[in-house]
Amino acid sequence: MFTGLMLNTWIAATAVAVIAGVTGFFAVLRGSTFAAHAIPNGAFAGAAGASLLGFNAFAGLAVFSVAGALGIAGLSRRARNDVATALTLVTMLAIGALFVSWSTEYAQEAYSLLFGEVFGVSSDEVLPIVVLGAVSIAAIIVMFRPLMLSSALPEVAEARGVSARRMELAFLLVMALATSMTVPVVGALLMFSLMIGPAAAARSLTARPLLAMALGVAIALVTVWTGIVVSYESNWPLGFFVGIGGAFFFLAGRAYAAGRRRMTVRAAAVA
Amino acid sequence: MSTGELLRLDGIGVRLGGREILKDVSFAIRPGEFTGLIGPNGAGKTTLLRVILGLQPVTAGQVLIDGEPRAARDSSIGYVPQKLAIEPDVPLRVRDVVSLGLDGHKLGIRLPSRARRELVGDMLTAVGAQRYADARVGELSGGEQQRVMIAHALISRPRLLLLDEPLANLDISSEQGIVSVLARLARAEGVAVLLSAHDMNPLMPVMDRIVYVAAGRVAVGSTDEVVQPQVLTRLYGHHVDVIRVHGRILVVAAEGVDDLTADAEDLSVAG
Amino acid sequence: MSVGHLFRYVFEPGFFGSGPVHVALAVGAVIAVTSAVVGVFTVTRGQSFAGHSLADISTTGGSAAFLLGVNQFWGFLAFGAGAAAFMEMIGVQRRRGRDVATGVVLGAALGLAALFLYLGTQTSSTTGASFSILFGSIFVITSSTVPALIASALLALATVIVLARMLLLSSLSPDIAAARGVPVRTVGAAFLAALAVSVALSAVIIGAVLSTALLVGPAATALRLAKGPVRATITAACIGVASVWLGIVLAYDSFYWPPAGRGWPVSFFVVMLILAGYLLSYLRRRDSREPARESLDAEQVCSPV
Repeated sequence: MFTGLMLNTWIAATAVAVIAGVTGFFAVLRGSTFAAHAIPNGAFAGAAGASLLGFNAFAGLAVFSVAGALGIAGLSRRARNDVATALTLVTMLAIGALFVSWSTEYAQEAYSLLFGEVFGVSSDEVLPIVVLGAVSIAAIIVMFRPLMLSSALPEVAEARGVSARRMELAFLLVMALATSMTVPVVGALLMFSLMIGPAAAARSLTARPLLAMALGVAIALVTVWTGIVVSYESNWPLGFFVGIGGAFFFLAGRAYAAGRRRMTVRAAAVA
Repeated sequence: MSTGELLRLDGIGVRLGGREILKDVSFAIRPGEFTGLIGPNGAGKTTLLRVILGLQPVTAGQVLIDGEPRAARDSSIGYVPQKLAIEPDVPLRVRDVVSLGLDGHKLGIRLPSRARRELVGDMLTAVGAQRYADARVGELSGGEQQRVMIAHALISRPRLLLLDEPLANLDISSEQGIVSVLARLARAEGVAVLLSAHDMNPLMPVMDRIVYVAAGRVAVGSTDEVVQPQVLTRLYGHHVDVIRVHGRILVVAAEGVDDLTADAEDLSVAG
Repeated sequence: MSVGHLFRYVFEPGFFGSGPVHVALAVGAVIAVTSAVVGVFTVTRGQSFAGHSLADISTTGGSAAFLLGVNQFWGFLAFGAGAAAFMEMIGVQRRRGRDVATGVVLGAALGLAALFLYLGTQTSSTTGASFSILFGSIFVITSSTVPALIASALLALATVIVLARMLLLSSLSPDIAAARGVPVRTVGAAFLAALAVSVALSAVIIGAVLSTALLVGPAATALRLAKGPVRATITAACIGVASVWLGIVLAYDSFYWPPAGRGWPVSFFVVMLILAGYLLSYLRRRDSREPARESLDAEQVCSPV
């Protein structure tokens, strides 16, 4: 399982989990669950088109995800956020469906782009994933303080000159870039599960932001690594383990938080 | 068991989250009376209104309407909430909103009729909203929405109208407009009004009686009886001063903050 | 160019004589109307994400049905209804918490879908199944399911129409509705059930992951064009039907187009038409009312409940 080819898989998956943990923290904080679900679908369309038309896959991924982010941000100016996200999402998916229908191997192609295909990661695919992951994390580090302020206390941020709209666009773009590279590995439909589940679980465990982000990354890593191992043995799709794992950790986090609340109440009653 | 009282609250107590929001609240409203529910923010005014509407369960006491305990569905009480949390794209024009006041709680659909249209039109004219009758309610300003919601509440001919802080976010001229519309309509239709506010001054010309709420308890009577330093000091449990200047009344915290806990008997005034 | 010439250009030969086309047009219209009407209330109540989640969860149902060898519609319906019931149980507390919980359920369901589709392709040899679950199969609707489809559509439509006034009043103010005796929770649950059915139906014709387009698109467009509830609903229904019918025509014509001689997917056309309609609605300038008189009206907060 740790041979050369699988090494690429391990590296790629690790990078994906780290990206997911970091962006997921903000996605959950900002309540951008729907956008986190929608944006990777742009990458789906880009990947399908790229593989079909033979141009650079990564350019396709990046262009379409960014287009998706811009679409959501643009439509949100005059419409409700959830309507804008829904319309952008289905448009991306429909274009992807068209591309997939044109290619000759459409069933497999669609399936692996949507649900992930972790075992065919080639060496030249690993590098862009890692690089883009590093770039996205760097971007988040740079934006960290205004992004935190705008996410947690939007009115205060506005008063200090941090435009909510610009922060939203910036965050969506980072999410687009970060997730675009991960779609071929984890799949467009499941990437968001890796973002939301571990981050939500981490929030149940701690309120401190940096710790929550670190925990989110850790849980995402555990999920992905476990998934790779079991997927390798059983041949079941990695996306399945990501989806179920995300839900499992979310519930575990909630149970932990509820248990701790009960103990606090009991302690207070005793005191 | 008709006592001539439209509404009576008997020893109402409400406990929420371990805190006693309302304690031993009793008062009555007679048909056609205009009563001000005055008190600082957080005193329990909204909770009290919700109790009367049946939206808030009580831990003690009962609500009597015409001498009988309040039934689950009561059409004799109209309600104007403080603020409409409504998006601009909600497909309800002003005339649709007022029309819903007649039968929004019923199943099925009703075919439009001339009589209905005239009824709605008359109501709109009565509150001064006919100018924007075809505008979307979500696009109106706060004061305009207020008028529409008053029309909505009054069109079904309630005998008691409850308003939750209708003046809170209006500028002075709109304040006066709403108060005079309310007073006029109430007298014309013989509707009793219970209106909550944190500033009693705009209501002075039209209020018959005052229910002053502070720290979860009430003092009931006419303004002269209730708005007195001794009464309010006992109510608040802190020293307060009552300042009358230019026909305005100001209730302010005074020097010397001893924590005085009042007993129930001390709070009873005439009425 | 004569009219006949134009006619033949738009409608490729055999269009009007084709059986599957008849079924597609008829069933498509009924489902489009249902979806649009349900969609108006969905958008108004701010439940677009819930609708989309139900749609994606239908994917799981469709793939389970595929695994069991049952018609996809029953899978869409069963899982959609089950998910709706579960979402109702989770309750409608803080909006953010609810969105995250919905998202997690969605993730788990999609994970299951991945598994079912994988297992399905292992056991059977049909290659197009995943595509049709995900992206629709309007030209291959089995005639035995048509009565069920029509009946479900009419049921969902009737539910929403009967509850329309209560739904509108609840959107205006849940407190007023509750005080007037409207069982707000029950009405919400009934609506969610109608939403689940509507989503399952749309999944049949344009696919589980795209059915949100028929739900949200025509409704969002109509809300930009019409002010009152009746006109908005009728407008949405017309837009929905037009998108589906035009999509069917284009998809049929596309059999003769490059690149593959296989035709382009109907769902692609329908979604793009819906998007086009939505964007076109921005050309119409809404009448701007005179600015509000209350200058100190600081708290003009508009957020869905």
